[in-house]
Amino acid sequence: MFNNSINRIWIALLIATGATFWLGESGLSGSAGMTPVLLMFTLAAAKGLWVIYDFMELRHAPALWKRLLVGWLGFVTGMIVLAYWIGQR
Amino acid sequence: MNPSADTYSQLQPQRYAPRLPGDLAVWLIILAELLTFGILFLSYAFARALDVELFNASQRTLDLNSGAVNTVLLITGSWCVVHAVKAVRRDASGQGVRWLVAAMVCGAGFISLKSMEFSAKADAGIDLSTNTFYMFYLMLTAFHFLHVVVAMVFLAILLVKTRQGAYGSHDTHALETGAAFWHMVDLLWIVLFPLVYVMR
Repeated sequence: MFNNSINRIWIALLIATGATFWLGESGLSGSAGMTPVLLMFTLAAAKGLWVIYDFMELRHAPALWKRLLVGWLGFVTGMIVLAYWIGQR
Repeated sequence: MNPSADTYSQLQPQRYAPRLPGDLAVWLIILAELLTFGILFLSYAFARALDVELFNASQRTLDLNSGAVNTVLLITGSWCVVHAVKAVRRDASGQGVRWLVAAMVCGAGFISLKSMEFSAKADAGIDLSTNTFYMFYLMLTAFHFLHVVVAMVFLAILLVKTRQGAYGSHDTHALETGAAFWHMVDLLWIVLFPLVYVMR
């Protein structure tokens, strides 16, 4: 099962989801400044990249499509982090 | 005789020639959907920055367990769809059908859980006019929910056609098209879950 890269990515996605859930359950997400925000949206971006490259199979797609989807993910998660930073000031 | 280095350099680009799986039209739809959801996500995040207390207090009423289980269901559904496409590509249609059924079970699980969550909120008297947080919560999750339902319809059609043997190594175009839409639904939830359910 672990010889298959898609299965390894699925496991990694589940672990990242577990980490996100733990951040919420532990209360860290609302009490430790920007670190949990950065951690959580880094996890979200990593999960998104796996979905874009390996599930949507864009790893070998034309560069324009990779840039559009990865750019969307980077812009949206980056702006969300900025909004949280503004909210914490 | 061993092929020369030149032969390899001629072969390499063909082997890894860039390819967009599925139909171009679905990718244009995916772009439009990502832009729409992107605007909604950023509207939520910046509206929250203006009233952090209200958003945090309202967010505490959401069921984090249900949100996490739904994330697992969508990720697992996507994983099943990837295996379905790969199985059909090697002409293992039977396996492809089983993976598609598994993906639909995950999708049905998501729809059931989400319906229960919406029902609980309606019973508590929460609607779009309750406050700004709930307006965004209901708008984002209901809009996403509709996309899951549409993706399930696509999967059901692909399942029937795969069972009929319409797809195989000779043709996976429609299957890849439906798969791309399904994965988009997963990608959107991956951003939505920490934003709306977790991060305070």
